Amino acid sequence: MERFKDRLFRGFAFASTLLVILVVIAMGILLLVQSRPAIEKFGFIQFIFRDVWNPVEDEFGGLYAVVGTLLSSAIAIAIATPVSIGIAIFITELSPSALRGIFSSVIELLAAIPSIIYGMWGLFVLAPILKHRVEPWMIEHLGFIPFFDGKPYGIGLFNAGIVLAVMIIPYISSIVREVFSLVPDIMKEAAYAVGATRWEVVRHVVIPYTRSGIMAGIILGLGRALGETMAVTFVIGNAYRIPSTIYEPSITIASSLANEFTEATTDLHLSSLFLLAFILFLITFVVMSIGRLIIMRMGRHVA
Amino acid sequence: MWRRKLLNHIMMGLSTLSALVSILFLVWILKDLTVRGISAINWEFFAELPAPPGEEGGGIRHAIYGTMVITLMASAIAIPIGLLAGTYLSEYARHGRFGLMVRFLSDILLSVPSIIVGTFVYALMVRPMGTFSALSGAVALAIIMIPIILKTTDEVLQLVPDVVREAAYALGAPRWVVITKVVYRGATAGIMTGIILGIARIIGETAPLLFTSFSNNFWETNIFRPMATMTVLIFNYAMSPYESWQSMAWGASFILTVFVLILNMLSKFLFRGRKYG
Amino acid sequence: MDRYIARIQDPVKIEIRHLNFYYGQFHALKDINLQIAERKVTALIGPSGCGKTTLLRTMNRMHDLYPGNRYEGEILLDGRNILDRKMDLMELRQRVGMVFQKPTPFNASIFDNVAFGLKLKGIRNRRELEERVEKALRDAALWDEVKDKLKENALSLSGGQQQRLSIARAIAVEPEVLLFDEPTSALDPVSTSKIEELIRRLGQSMTVVIVTHNMQQAARVSDYTAFMYFGEIIEFNSTDIIFTRPRIKLTEDYITGRFG
Repeated sequence: MERFKDRLFRGFAFASTLLVILVVIAMGILLLVQSRPAIEKFGFIQFIFRDVWNPVEDEFGGLYAVVGTLLSSAIAIAIATPVSIGIAIFITELSPSALRGIFSSVIELLAAIPSIIYGMWGLFVLAPILKHRVEPWMIEHLGFIPFFDGKPYGIGLFNAGIVLAVMIIPYISSIVREVFSLVPDIMKEAAYAVGATRWEVVRHVVIPYTRSGIMAGIILGLGRALGETMAVTFVIGNAYRIPSTIYEPSITIASSLANEFTEATTDLHLSSLFLLAFILFLITFVVMSIGRLIIMRMGRHVA
Repeated sequence: MWRRKLLNHIMMGLSTLSALVSILFLVWILKDLTVRGISAINWEFFAELPAPPGEEGGGIRHAIYGTMVITLMASAIAIPIGLLAGTYLSEYARHGRFGLMVRFLSDILLSVPSIIVGTFVYALMVRPMGTFSALSGAVALAIIMIPIILKTTDEVLQLVPDVVREAAYALGAPRWVVITKVVYRGATAGIMTGIILGIARIIGETAPLLFTSFSNNFWETNIFRPMATMTVLIFNYAMSPYESWQSMAWGASFILTVFVLILNMLSKFLFRGRKYG
Repeated sequence: MDRYIARIQDPVKIEIRHLNFYYGQFHALKDINLQIAERKVTALIGPSGCGKTTLLRTMNRMHDLYPGNRYEGEILLDGRNILDRKMDLMELRQRVGMVFQKPTPFNASIFDNVAFGLKLKGIRNRRELEERVEKALRDAALWDEVKDKLKENALSLSGGQQQRLSIARAIAVEPEVLLFDEPTSALDPVSTSKIEELIRRLGQSMTVVIVTHNMQQAARVSDYTAFMYFGEIIEFNSTDIIFTRPRIKLTEDYITGRFG
C-alpha cells in the first residue's frame, strides 16, 4: 500500500515535470505550425527582411518590427548597463552596510511594478516631458551625433528605450551586485594595500574578475527588454517604418502582436503575426540560453 | 595623484547618482500613480459597472472580479503542478542530466515573453474553442506562474538538511510521507514565498490576457466567456480618448500596484522566517 | 594486519557476517564480522574516515537512500538477513531506529515530532498517542522540561533538548535496536552527560549501537567496543578489555592517543 502511494506520488511529480518540458516544446511547435501560411507565402528568412506591413493589401514582412525590437532594446541596454553597474558599485562599495539591504530592496521594487504601469506612466507623464524639454535639448546639443538630430516626438524609440531601461535595471543590477559580492575581499585588499583608489579597485580588480557575470546580467536584461510588451506598446508609437532618428515612432514584435492580434482580418495576417511571435520566441530562447549558460558555467567555477 | 583622486570622486559620484536616479524614478512613478489614482477611487469605483463613455461615474467591479477569478484559477492550476515538479527536481532528480535539462527549460519558460504565452494559448485553446474565455486566460497565467513556483520549491526544498530527511526515514517513513510531512513542513515559509511571488507576478500581467480572456464591459461569471480584468481594462481605457475612462485606468493602476507591492513585501518578510538554510 | 574479534557470551541480536560495502568503486567496509549483544550497548570507535558511521548505517540500510552503493555478505537481525532484497525497509527502520550527529527536529510541534513515528505505525487514537508520547519523553528525560509546551514548535528548544527530543521520537516507536551516530558531537558538556546517562539507561531495555569519536564516551557508556581502522574491524571485545588490555598494538596506540 505505502509502496503504491510512493509510486503514485512520484508519478504525479514526474508527470508535472514532463508537463513543463511539454509546454516549452509545444509552444515552439504550435507557433511554427500556425505560421505556416506566412512562411509558405513569403519564406522564413525572406519574411524577416521584407520591409512591408500592409494589412489592406495582405502583404506582410517582419523587418520593421524586428528592427524596432532590436533598436529599442539596444537603447535600453546602452542606458541600463552603466547605471546598473553604478548601482552595484554604490551598494557593494559605498553604502553603509546597514543600508545595503534597504537600497537593494527599494531598487528591486522597480521590478515588481507591473509593466502596464510603466506604459501608463511613460505615455502620460514621461512623453510630454521628453517632447517639450528633453528631446529639444538633445537635438540642440547632441544633434551632431548621427541619429540624434531631427525633431522631437515624445512617443517613440527613445521613450521606449528609457522605460525599458528602468524596467531592466533592477534585473541587471541585482545580478551584477551578486557577482561583485563574490570577489574575495583579499583580492580587493591587496589592491588597496598598494595604494589604489576605490575606483581603481573596481576598475582593475572587481570588474575584470566578474566580467562574465556582468555579461550574463546584460544578456538576461536584454532578453527581458526584447520581449517586453505592454510598456513598449504604450510609448513606442506603433509605426511600421524604419526610424531615421532615435526619437521617431517605431514598432516592436511584441507591440505589434498586442495591437493587431485580435484585429487580424485575414488568415495570412494572423499567420504573419504568429510568425513574428515565433521569431521573438526564437530570439529570446537563444539570448536567454546564452545568459543561463554563462551563469551555469560561473556557478561551476564558484563551486 | 590628484588626477587619480579626482577620477575616483567622479566615478563614485556617478555610481551614487545611478542609485539615486533609480530610486527617484521609483518615487516619481509611485507619486504620479498615487496622485492620479486616488482621485479616481471612491465607493462607486468598486461597486459599479462602467458608465458609458463620456458620462461621469461608474466603476470597475466586473474587472476586479475578473482579475480575482482568473488569478485564482491560474493559481489552482499552477501551484500543484509547480510544487510537484519542483519536488521532483529536488527530491528525485537533484543531480544528473534530467534535472539539469528540466531546470534549464523551466528557466527558459520563465523568460519567454508573456505575450508569446498569450499567442500560444490562443492557438492552443481560443482558436479550437472558437471563443475567448476566462479559462484560457487562467491557463496562460498558469504557464507563467509554474516555473516561478517550480524554481522556488526546488531551491527551498534543497535547503532542508538531508539529515532531517534521514531522521524521518529512520522512523520507517515511506518517501512520500517524508516529503509531504517533513520536507514540506521544513520549507513552508519558502514555498509560500514562491506562491506569493507567483501571484504578484501574474496579477499584474496584461499581455497574455489580451487574446485569451480578452475583455468585457459587462458583468460576466461564466469562465467559458470573455471576462474583464483590471490590467486589460487599464490598457483599453488608457488608450481611449475619454478622460473619465483614463482616470479609471489610473485608479485601477493604483490599486493593482499597491496590491503587488504589498505581496512583494510580504514575500520578503516571509522568506526571512524560514526555518532551515 | 593483526585482528582480534571476540565471540560474545550474551545473546546475539545482530550478527554481521563477511560484510563488504562499496560506494561506487570505493571499498568502504572490508569483511566485517561482528556480533551485537541484545540489550547491551556496543560502541564503534576509530579515527575519522575509518568506516564506523558507514557500518552503523548498514544496520538500518540508510545507504539505500542514495544511489551507487552495494552490499555483500549478511547482516542477521534475529537470524534474518536484512540485506535480503525482499526486506521491507520501512518495517526494518521501525525495528532499528536511529539518532543522528545533529539534532533533527521536524518543523512541527514537540508533540507531533514524537508522535510522528507512532502515526506511521497507524496509531490514531488520541489517548494512546498522548500516553506513548509522554512515556517516550519521560524515557528521554525531557518530559519535565516540555510538558507545559507540547504544542510549541520543536525548533524553539535548545540544542541539547532537541537531541533528546530526537531520541524520544526514535524510542516512541519502541524499536528493538537503536543506532546512535555521534549523538553528542554537536552538544555542550552538560547536555552530553545527560545524553550519555540516557544511553546507558536505554541499553538496559533495548539493543544500542553507538558510533563515537570520543574514547572516554565509549568507555563510559558501552559494554562492548569495536575498534575500526580503514574499513576493517581491528579489535572487538568487551569494553573493559579493550580499554585496559587490548590484544592488538594498533588498538593500544589508538586508545592511548598515540595517533588519530
